[in-house]
Amino acid sequence: MTDRKIRVLIAKPGLDGHDRGAKVIARALRDAGMEVIYTGLRQTPEMIAEAAVQENVDVIGMSILSGAHLVLVPKVIDTVRKTGLTEVGFFVGGIIPEEDVAVLKVAGVNAVYGPGTSTVTVIEDVKSFAHAA
Amino acid sequence: MKSLEVLSAAGKLALSRLISEVENETSAGRTALDECFSRSGKAHLIGVTGAPGTGKSSLVNRLAQLIRREGNQTVAIVAIDPSSPFTGGAILGDRVRMRDLSGDPGVFIRSMASRGELGGLARTTAGVVQLLDAAGYDLILIETVGAGQSEVDIARLAHTTIVVESPGMGDDIQAIKAGILEIADILVVNKADRPGIENTERALRANLELGYSHRVTGKAGHGGFTEENKVVDAEEWVPPVIKTIATEESGFPELIKAIVEHRSYLQKTGLLAQREHERLTDEFDHILRHTLVQNWKAQTSDEHVQQIMDAVYKRKRSPANAVEELTRTSN
Ligand SMILES: Nc1nc2c(ncn2[C@@H]2O[C@H](COP(=O)(O)OP(=O)(O)OP(=O)(O)O)[C@@H](O)[C@H]2O)c(=O)[nH]1
Ligand SMILES: [Mg+2]
Repeated sequence: MTDRKIRVLIAKPGLDGHDRGAKVIARALRDAGMEVIYTGLRQTPEMIAEAAVQENVDVIGMSILSGAHLVLVPKVIDTVRKTGLTEVGFFVGGIIPEEDVAVLKVAGVNAVYGPGTSTVTVIEDVKSFAHAA
Repeated sequence: MKSLEVLSAAGKLALSRLISEVENETSAGRTALDECFSRSGKAHLIGVTGAPGTGKSSLVNRLAQLIRREGNQTVAIVAIDPSSPFTGGAILGDRVRMRDLSGDPGVFIRSMASRGELGGLARTTAGVVQLLDAAGYDLILIETVGAGQSEVDIARLAHTTIVVESPGMGDDIQAIKAGILEIADILVVNKADRPGIENTERALRANLELGYSHRVTGKAGHGGFTEENKVVDAEEWVPPVIKTIATEESGFPELIKAIVEHRSYLQKTGLLAQREHERLTDEFDHILRHTLVQNWKAQTSDEHVQQIMDAVYKRKRSPANAVEELTRTSN
């Protein structure tokens, strides 16, 4: 019998064209035994929500380097929740100023990771968000 | 779950959650499969297989896009990627090539990890396909793990199997293993914009003629030998070779035409029903075996089995003799 795998969607909302960070996180989560759905660059909130529904994910990770996180992240969370996926956990990776972190958390983000965050931390956190779901 | 409900957002989420139950082999999943079985069996199942990077996902994307544009058929896609044998984790990246389909309510895409299966599919892929079929999707495209070996599992599941090759993959005849050609109903040479396309196409056709020479030359049934397992005496299907550029639209009208022709060939010859019967018999046998073993184990003491197995380890009994002894005494 297969055990329940944690399914994570790694998304790149917004227009910036780097996905190195996203790929590092995707690989780390895979190596921790999770199933990671990677959807590529320049995803709109609607595309992310659609993929989250079809893939029935437990957690959504967003990588944002464009500086547009205060606009994009609440929009994504809102669009995802409207589909009925209300128990999904969210995390954000990128260069996010301290004062914005609090704003994102109020919007519903479980954790924010800056450059240099250990993948071990991310893995442990993702497991806890997924199990809370 | 009626067919039309699925086109709504709420219906899709419900379907998606059921897929997870089936994928995780829970009792809710088994119940769902049981309940929807009578509504399944209507969709046309199309397998897409071939070596890694030949363009399977790009081809599925384009095919689904054009089918949606042409008619009113809905399309579901199941894309399988390998699980790591060491950690059990997986990166499922096929959606990256399927962005053109986003926002279309008549398309549903689900990624699956192979979860330890080696045949190019996951153990529960057939179940997931059955759910999508019962949900009312007209066409279901199944992209296998890119392994390039003989993925016979997909040929057993799909009605039409498309094998995708592309130029420069380790090269020509070596890369085109007999096993994978045998399962092809349609052969696609993708990346027709790339150099080397002629070599790949030539090698494919040469291999194909080896396998199908009597059919290609039309001598089957006339020259004195007849094939044993012929369904009817209709013409045999010789897989067409179609060149495509999946990053554009080149070759796709031909590919769609070939799929439609193959479907009607299967119907006309009775092969569609025959394949379906074989698959259901397989599934029945599999479940029967599993159930009998489980029941037997439930009423047999582990200790007793262990004693007899110890004798096997010491080579005092053969495994066959052990089974004979155990099944006799438990009766
Ligand atoms: N030039 C050219 N490139 C193509 C064509 N079709 C696909 N590609 C490219 O080939 C690469 C692999 O394409 P995919 O569709 O991901 O191939 P795949 O067979 O699904 O790969 P796996 O699922 O990893 O086995 C991508 O960079 C595509 O853009 C084509 O017709 N021409
Ligand atoms: Mg692919």
